[in-house]
Amino acid sequence: MADGGRNLRHGYALIAPTLAVVGLTLAAPLALLLVASLKSQSGIGFEAGWTLSQYGDVLGRESYRILFGRSVLVAAAVTLVTVALAYPMAYFVAFHARRKFLWLILLTIPFWTSYLLRVFAWKIILGYGGVINSGLLGLGLIDQPLSFLLYNPFSVVVTLAHAWAAFAILPIYVSLEKIDRSLLEAASDLGDGKLRRFLRITLPLSMPGVIGAAILIFVPTTGDFVTPELVGGPAGAMIANIIEMQFTQVGNWPLGAALALVSMMMVAVIAGLFVAAARAATKAVR
Amino acid sequence: MSFLAVSKVSKSFGGPAIVDAVDLSVERGAFFALLGPSGCGKTTLLRMIAGFETPDSGTITIDGAVMNAVPPNLRPTNMVFQSYAIFPHLNVFDNIAYGLRKLRLPGDELRRRVEAMLATVRLEGLGGRAADQLSGGQRQRVALARALVRQPKVLLLDEPLGALDKRLRETMQIELRAIQRKVGITFLLVTHDQEEALSLSDRVAVMSGGRILQIASPRELYERPNCREVADFIGEINFFHATVKGMSDGNVTVNAGLLGIVTLPSANVAPSITAGDHILLAIRPEHIRVGGQGVAGEIVTATFLGERSHFHVKIAGRTELVAVSGQAPSGKDVMLAFPAEKLIAVPTL
Repeated sequence: MADGGRNLRHGYALIAPTLAVVGLTLAAPLALLLVASLKSQSGIGFEAGWTLSQYGDVLGRESYRILFGRSVLVAAAVTLVTVALAYPMAYFVAFHARRKFLWLILLTIPFWTSYLLRVFAWKIILGYGGVINSGLLGLGLIDQPLSFLLYNPFSVVVTLAHAWAAFAILPIYVSLEKIDRSLLEAASDLGDGKLRRFLRITLPLSMPGVIGAAILIFVPTTGDFVTPELVGGPAGAMIANIIEMQFTQVGNWPLGAALALVSMMMVAVIAGLFVAAARAATKAVR
Repeated sequence: MSFLAVSKVSKSFGGPAIVDAVDLSVERGAFFALLGPSGCGKTTLLRMIAGFETPDSGTITIDGAVMNAVPPNLRPTNMVFQSYAIFPHLNVFDNIAYGLRKLRLPGDELRRRVEAMLATVRLEGLGGRAADQLSGGQRQRVALARALVRQPKVLLLDEPLGALDKRLRETMQIELRAIQRKVGITFLLVTHDQEEALSLSDRVAVMSGGRILQIASPRELYERPNCREVADFIGEINFFHATVKGMSDGNVTVNAGLLGIVTLPSANVAPSITAGDHILLAIRPEHIRVGGQGVAGEIVTATFLGERSHFHVKIAGRTELVAVSGQAPSGKDVMLAFPAEKLIAVPTL
């Protein structure tokens, strides 16, 4: 037992720097957020006393509910599209590519430019006078520029699906790469065609990578306010845009804090449910 | 027509031939071993029979049907992989049931078949055990059960006991043999362990450099190897250079230098040998009679092992050979006799 105690102290000593950073930059701001959400704004300060009125506001107003709903839907769509597009790429690199390292470098090249640049690039591609519209006009396929390409949830999904691609490809690639090839041969040997083998062996064994990728994409997408701001238009605004607005333009910190905390709770619950569902689905495969 | 027939099968992976025009035929219900050192092409041959590799030329036939264009999932073969390839996300029951699911059997029929197979490999009651909670021997049994439960026409075993420790390996050898007799399925085993091949199988093919050197019963391989490599690979053996002087019906006369002129039965002489050939005479250590009337030698080392002793003996000051005898060593000088009926003649190459 004495030895265990020493090990424990040793362990804490090792993670102390990390703990300090996490405490200062994550736990403390969260605590401040919690405190702020229980106040109400008065001028440039908080009123004295505690109140739950911000939460009532957040949960009661329909416009917020629409934004929450849209955030979740857009994030789910982004996650689905990104993972669905990333899986074949990761599969190709893991199972068929000859120069895996080169492929991985190539796949991550978009990440060498800034996130903002990539969003702006999509703005240029999808815009009214952008690459797609001028190309289609030039070919004579359309008479009028297509207006549904930009400033709506669709453009947010397209932009983020591209922006997050490497976050999905890498974890899925790692989990595919880890699969022992003799397991695939064994599945074929036991009578499975290529599709059955994929569904019974490859997919379940790569689920940790898929779950990781989905969480990595879903969580930051729900909280993203830059992309909807730049390419989403009014119809593409998400909950994070309103939160940002409370802190910067409106100056209602308590409301912003309450919105942020409710948003966090929502993401946590949805992510938890998703992981549980994905695990259960994997278990059900036989 | 044999049950499993491999005919003129060759395979190279861009370089030299790994499997070189191999002919093989295995009878229905036999326990057949492919024996050879690593890199001899035995695993590639097995994988071609399973369908994981395609032969460059030649045909593979199972029960009269040509298999060359049949993908592995449609072949009447199942394989026990060297790594066992137990599916890590499935428990023992589901691993064994894996190859049966496609048959869409009623639930209790599926359960009955899997339970029966669990009993065959002596894993009763372990159906619910997770794949990562199995010992090496248990994994081996699961891999065997998973392949057998599909009742393949040919069961392919790729070094199935290689990963087990010595004692477990010996137990599993006995069990494997008993299971094969019980299920009556044709077993094709690949191994580099000559003891394993000899003790398990009805017939053994010795492979080297992509070619089959000899196909024979274990006893024949041991007593009548047809070439130096087979003689050397199976058990311990001593060689002497010699020249064939003459061949008459039933007997072959050989000038064996140190051993003098020897006449041995022609059954002991490899068929390719003709009169005048330079050959090798070979004899197993246990067939040399220590203390018999014959050639004088000097004991270099003698190891007493209880019921028998191992001798390293020099003849004429240079040729060193190994003899095994029940007689305990005494003194430095020893007489050795070489019974003619135990001498084997093989080509020098």
